[in-house]
Amino acid sequence: MQTPAPFEYERATSLEGALASLEKLGPNARVIAGGHSLLPMMKLRLATPEHLIDINDLTDLAYIREEADEIAIGALTRHVDLLESELLAERFPIFRDAETVIADPVVRNRGTIGGSLCQADAAEDLSAVCTACKARIAIHGPGGARTVPIGEFHVGPYTTAVADGEILTEIRLPLRAAAGSAHEKVERRAGDWAIAAASAAVWMDGGMIADAGVALGAVGLTTIHLSRAEDLLRGSSPSDELFAQAGEIASADCSPMSDGRGPIDYKRHLAGVLAQRALRRAVARALHQEA
Amino acid sequence: MELSIEINGERVARDVEARTLLVHFIRDTPGLTGTHWGCDTSNCGACVVLMDGRPIKSCTTLAAMCEGHEIRTVESLEVDGVLDPVQQGFHETHALQCGFCTPGMLMTARALLDENPEPTEHEIRTAISGAICRCTGYKNIVAAIRWAAEHSRQEV
Repeated sequence: MQTPAPFEYERATSLEGALASLEKLGPNARVIAGGHSLLPMMKLRLATPEHLIDINDLTDLAYIREEADEIAIGALTRHVDLLESELLAERFPIFRDAETVIADPVVRNRGTIGGSLCQADAAEDLSAVCTACKARIAIHGPGGARTVPIGEFHVGPYTTAVADGEILTEIRLPLRAAAGSAHEKVERRAGDWAIAAASAAVWMDGGMIADAGVALGAVGLTTIHLSRAEDLLRGSSPSDELFAQAGEIASADCSPMSDGRGPIDYKRHLAGVLAQRALRRAVARALHQEA
Repeated sequence: MELSIEINGERVARDVEARTLLVHFIRDTPGLTGTHWGCDTSNCGACVVLMDGRPIKSCTTLAAMCEGHEIRTVESLEVDGVLDPVQQGFHETHALQCGFCTPGMLMTARALLDENPEPTEHEIRTAISGAICRCTGYKNIVAAIRWAAEHSRQEV
C-alpha cells in the first residue's frame, strides 16, 4: 500500500491567500493542483511536504485565451482542456499533438500544465513543447510577479526557477506570423513515459525559415534545448537534407541513458528521427501543406 | 480532518487523515467496495470513479480534494434492479473474466457515452486506454461499450 507521509491540508480560495500560506508555512509547504505528479512522488516518499495547499478552487487560473500578440494559458488549465482547445489547435497545433499522447484520458482530466512544468521531469512533454514555442513563464511570489523565458525555467532535473514561496501562474506563447509546430513521441504503450520525444516550431518568411524552436524530451536529465539545430535552421530553406542535418544534431546533442526502454544508440537514433519528423510537419503546417 | 463528500447522491462524513486517498475513503467509509484498489500508481484504471461527471483515478486523488464535488461510483449504475446499459453490455458480450478491472471500465465507459453517445471504435479504445485488462484482450470490452451505445436505458 502506498500512502503519503502525513501532512496538513488546506484549500486556497485566492492566489494571494495561497501565496500568503506558502510564505507563512515555509519551504516544507507545497502547492497541489491535479496531483498526478506530486501524489505519486509523495506515495513513494520521494516528496514529503508537511503542508499541502490545494489550489484547485482557483478556477480563474484555468483559461486559454488570445491576448494581443500572445496566447495566455493559466497554470490550472487541465490537459483535457489543452487537448480540446480549438484556439490552441489553430495557433499551436503542437499542443494537440502532445496532449493526445500525454498519460491517458482519465489522467488528463486532472493533471494541469502548471503541475507538469513544475514537476520538470525530463520525459514530460509540455516542457519540450514550451521550449520549442519559446514560451515565457509567469511566476507570482510574495514580492509580486515576474516572467522568465523558458530557457531559464528548467534549472535541473525536477528543478525549476519557481522558488520557495512562489507559484507558477501563467504560460505565455508569443504569436508570430507564418507559424507551424508539431510534437512527435514514441512510447511503448498508452500512458507510458516516452522513449524519446521531439518538439519543433518554425516561423516562416516566404519560403525561408525565419526562426525555429526545437527541443527533446526523455533523452537526458532535463528537457534538451537544441540551440545548434535552431542556428542551422534559421535563415535556411526547408528541405529533407536540412531536416536530416537537424536530426543529426538532435542525435548528437542528447544524452540518453540506457534503460528498459532501450539502449543509448537506439534512443539517439530515435531522437534524430523524431526531430526530423516534427520539423517536417511543423514546416508543412506553417506552409499549409500538411498531408 | 472532518470531511463530508457526496458519493452517489448521499453525504458521507468522516474524520480522516489529510493523506487519505479517495479510493480508501470510498471503500472504507460507506463500504462501497465496488471501486477497486489496483496498481496504486494511476496506471491500471481499476479505481476510476466520476468526479462531477468526469472519470478520475481515485488512487491518485486526495479525498480532501473532493469536498464540494459529486463522486459517482460503480454502485450507482444499477437503478431499481435495472442494470445500466454499460453493465448489460458487459453481460451480453462476455466482456469480463476475472472482473477486477470491470468497475473502472464501466465508469470510464459511462462517462464516455454521457459525453459522446455514438463513439467510434477508435474513440472507445482511446477512452479506455487508461484502463488495463489482463484477461480479455479488450475486444469484448469494446464490443460491450458499443452494445451499450446502441441500447439506451429504456431498451435494456
